[in-house]
Amino acid sequence: MINVYIELVTFAFHPQLYAHAHVLWLSFRGTMAADTALMLSLVEEYVSGLQDSKAKDTAKGVKDGEFTVLQLVEALGLSLTSSQPHTRARGVQLLSEVLQECYGGLTEREVEVLIAFYENRLKDHYVITPPVLQGLRALTKCTALPPGSAVSMLRSLFQDVHVQSLMLAERACVYNMLINLMETREAELKGLGADFVFGFVQSMDGERDPRNLLLAFQIAKSIVHRGYDLGKFTEELFEVTSCYFPIDFSPPPNDPHGITREELILTLRDVLAGTPQFAEFLLPLIIEKLDSDVQSAKLDSLQTLTACVSQYEHKDLAEFLEGLWASLRREVFQTSSEKIESAGLAALTALTSCLSRSVLNSDSEDSLCIFLDLVLKDCKHHLCEPDLKLVWPSAKLLQAACSASNRASHIIVTAVVPSIIEQYNNRTQCSHRRTILEVVQRFIQSVKTCQPPENEESVFGAFRSSLCSIVFSAVTETNASLQITASSVLTSLAQQTGLLLDSDIELAVDHLIRLLLMEDDDKVSLAVVECAGALAELHPAAFITKLIPRLKKEMFSDPMDQDNNREASEQQSHHALRQRCLSALAAVSIQPSVVQESTPVLLEVLSSAHTGSVGFSVEEVVLTCSSLQRIAEQVQDTEETGRCFHDIIIPRLLSLALQAGLQGEGSTGRRSPLLEEVVLSAMVPVISTSCSRLQPTLAEKTASRAVSLFLDGDVSFLPDNSFPSDIQLLKKQKGDSWSQSQMVCLLMGCVCSLPRSVEVPQMDQLLLQLEELSCTCSHPPSYTSAAKCFAGLVNKRAPGDSLDSLIQSTMKRVYSVLDSESSSVRTQAFTLMIWVARALLLRYHPLCTALIDKLFSLLDDADLGPMAADGFSLLMSDSSDVLNRSCHADVRIMYRQRFFSENSAKLVQGFNAAPQEKKPNYLKALSNIVNKLPKQVQVTELPALLSLLLEALSCPDQGVQLSTLSCLEPVLIDPPAALIQQLEALVNRLLALTSSRAMNVRIVSLRCIHAVSRFPVHEVLPFRARVLRALARPLDDKKRLVRDEAVQARSEWFLLGSPGGS
Amino acid sequence: MSGGTRLENANPVIFQRSGQRLHTATEEDEDVHDPIDDREIFDILSINDPEHPLSLEELNVVEQIRVKVNDEESTVGVEFTPTIPHCSMATLIGLSIKVKLLRSLPERFKIDVHITPGSHASEEAVNKQLADKERVAAALENSSLLEVVNQCLSTRTI
Repeated sequence: MINVYIELVTFAFHPQLYAHAHVLWLSFRGTMAADTALMLSLVEEYVSGLQDSKAKDTAKGVKDGEFTVLQLVEALGLSLTSSQPHTRARGVQLLSEVLQECYGGLTEREVEVLIAFYENRLKDHYVITPPVLQGLRALTKCTALPPGSAVSMLRSLFQDVHVQSLMLAERACVYNMLINLMETREAELKGLGADFVFGFVQSMDGERDPRNLLLAFQIAKSIVHRGYDLGKFTEELFEVTSCYFPIDFSPPPNDPHGITREELILTLRDVLAGTPQFAEFLLPLIIEKLDSDVQSAKLDSLQTLTACVSQYEHKDLAEFLEGLWASLRREVFQTSSEKIESAGLAALTALTSCLSRSVLNSDSEDSLCIFLDLVLKDCKHHLCEPDLKLVWPSAKLLQAACSASNRASHIIVTAVVPSIIEQYNNRTQCSHRRTILEVVQRFIQSVKTCQPPENEESVFGAFRSSLCSIVFSAVTETNASLQITASSVLTSLAQQTGLLLDSDIELAVDHLIRLLLMEDDDKVSLAVVECAGALAELHPAAFITKLIPRLKKEMFSDPMDQDNNREASEQQSHHALRQRCLSALAAVSIQPSVVQESTPVLLEVLSSAHTGSVGFSVEEVVLTCSSLQRIAEQVQDTEETGRCFHDIIIPRLLSLALQAGLQGEGSTGRRSPLLEEVVLSAMVPVISTSCSRLQPTLAEKTASRAVSLFLDGDVSFLPDNSFPSDIQLLKKQKGDSWSQSQMVCLLMGCVCSLPRSVEVPQMDQLLLQLEELSCTCSHPPSYTSAAKCFAGLVNKRAPGDSLDSLIQSTMKRVYSVLDSESSSVRTQAFTLMIWVARALLLRYHPLCTALIDKLFSLLDDADLGPMAADGFSLLMSDSSDVLNRSCHADVRIMYRQRFFSENSAKLVQGFNAAPQEKKPNYLKALSNIVNKLPKQVQVTELPALLSLLLEALSCPDQGVQLSTLSCLEPVLIDPPAALIQQLEALVNRLLALTSSRAMNVRIVSLRCIHAVSRFPVHEVLPFRARVLRALARPLDDKKRLVRDEAVQARSEWFLLGSPGGS
Repeated sequence: MSGGTRLENANPVIFQRSGQRLHTATEEDEDVHDPIDDREIFDILSINDPEHPLSLEELNVVEQIRVKVNDEESTVGVEFTPTIPHCSMATLIGLSIKVKLLRSLPERFKIDVHITPGSHASEEAVNKQLADKERVAAALENSSLLEVVNQCLSTRTI
């Protein structure tokens, strides 16, 4: 059979013999299998009947094994040998289309024959070329490509086809062939030598379509990157690609091909920057294009320069260094945009690091030195000019070079730093000195980016003492901004490994202490605290011996003791001092050794505040707690710090709170600040952060201690143990006393923040008592904390029957209270319900639905309606102390979206069915839900709810107005069509709200009006006169913040439709 | 340096912006009346320069100490200082300032815009032009002039 096949094909090779072939063909018919009748009809219908769909059917037949490619060729015989070029083309096309589908199943022998056939067809009439190329492309994908065929295919292609006179799709076909062959037959193609490159250059020369260019650039990139021999065609390949540089292409709107300018730029850059062989052509081109006025061309040139020098060596660059430097300098000195400036600096860094990499020969000059000499010559003197005008661009250039390599930074620092120091000492104006310090700071930071090799002295080693002395003199100035800059320079200096001596650090700490105690400028103390934190992390010893004892002494000096008639302002400043000390103590406590020293001081503040031995205000006590929390957050999690928090700090906090609680709120005389709710709420995060973050095994111990304290009154682990034995913190106290029950929030902080792997002992008992407390207690903070604690535990409890029955029994209890209108504890039951609902919502528990439905039904409740509407905000927002991810709660992703999609319809239904006086509750609930959705979801979901939201704008409740406005604001940036249809209603309502009683409503409504001005001009122009008139009134609003918004909105509306406006 | 038309003052001295006004507690308080003060007018005047991509504040054309407002008597006085004494843009800058204030202040205010004494060659002529209501109105009828003024007042980045 195969002989028949070859013979046929051989005849097909010579179209002039078609008549002969025809006769032969007829004589072979008898040998054909019977089922080829179908095949023949398919071919007939495709070729003569022009039914394109038959190609699919034929391909399917071949794929399914009904007939072979060989049989197809046989069946095609007549068409392939036809005297009509169009018939021949049609025949080849059918074959090519089938091959595109079935190239995988061909044998090597078949492929060889087919390639020979196709190669020959390339010489045929031009109408046949497109299907031939398609067929060849299909064959290039064959795995069974016989050796040598890739080369022969390409030879005939390059020889017989002029690519650029083909149509778009055929050109793409040629490029795809090349890409396929380069993928699989790299070695063979390389065997073609430079001919391959030449062939490619000829094929792509003059290509204009961006889609094809992308393909051609990919090929060029592979040629360059995979080491094809460019031979004498290096310049040709460069020319044929670089003529597109810089890419200037803007895709048509709604481009279906999705070719972006960015894509073209990056692929072309890969080609041009791909090989050092292009250096001699590329660098002059870059220098030339940098002269361009077009910003994008400059940017592209700079980025290409950055990319290419990473491949180059110094000899490639040598002759262009001066030209490149002149261009770079000009771009940075006369910069018109930040982008170009930073691209220029990046290019300079890349260039310098390329020169630093080069290996020196004994006979060649050190090109790095030569280049840096150029840079220094042009930049250094600007640092010393009296008006300091070009100091920043020069400094930036020097720093860019400096950050390139260790060697470069040595050369530049040695040349520049002495003169900068001299400058600083000669200047007297503070603003000049600050500028110089900022320059120094940037130098230190730029050196930091190139870490010196091990055990080598810091680049700044020689200037240590003079740098220290200018920094220390700057911090003693009275100018605030100078002090701030100096402290950040100090931080940078300290971060240079091995630069500062211990004595320098001690001096620095002295200065910091002085600034902390004396400076009452907020910005300065913020900078000082930050600097102290950074230094303490690196050099803890000086802070332990000096800073902590000194701050302690200052904090405990009691202004009240000495004189009760002290000025209020002095008390104020003492308060500010304590505030600074507290935040400094928190900032320096990063190393465990520092924490060991600083936390006892903070605990002492708390206990003296409790006993009253030193007067601390409630606010100071709260700050102390937040400092402890900050330490718990930032300290390294080691055994040592874990013990410090779990064995010392937490027991101590519990003990102090318990002492205060036992004293009771009713006791005569002085009331301990630790009874205040704010203080307790500040203690909660200390406990929860330590339990969630530090040492799980120790946290488990803390949890079990806390549980036994609250359930059994076990006080054995508390320090200063002089407590009575009958403590019952979770039981209802006599006379409705709340001083002990409110401590339940501390229990919450402990048991609700544990990692989920840690077991809480006596869980069932605990849940029972918490439920009891939350349903019966009358003190709002107490029952709320109990409900939160209950919810936090429910959220983490393992799923199963015991959890379900627990929830069901709680639900039953809650519902029975809620359903009896007269009950006195409905609020309590509601609070428990909403927290449990949140706990279940977060973990996607199925029982959550019932609770949410109950919540919806409560929107119609006379008493609880508004509270239920607010409850939706609680369900949707993050809570800071419990049920969040940092407490290891079970929080599923996108629970808000899920909640929204499941419940928004219910809300709309409920709104429509509700009586008029209850509608505000629904609108409030809606705005609470929508407000907390991520912006992207809001924008897609809002159109459906638009009419409801517009309704909400005219709802009298200010809260509803405010939250609706803040939902609308982001939507207005990219308004959906539905909104534009309702523009009249929207503008009217927004304008009405600009005279609302609430300031915030006025502000946000004005912002919305401002946003409306950016709608399509033809839509909003009709409203211009009305809006301008209406906005005249808020211009005279009594609140400045409102006027600001009105001014902005009104000037935007003035510009609308006016010449030069928009 | 790449060309374009020559600027009259191509390399002006640039001054630091004074930064955002800090919000005070009273500004957040619903019940307190905040009077319109100098700083507020000054903030309204963060207008772009017609020649430079800089604001008038950065060029020191408008300074806070040269802005005087009296909320009770409903008067505003602004003195502006052209960057160079022969600046041909002085009238345009003055006009932009005036238009911006007209658009941004309640109608009750009487607005007076003039050049800082001694800072411009044809000070009197410019001041007279700016004080003449009819001429200001006529200038704004001129659409090409209005276009330049609007560009100065546009807050959108180009």
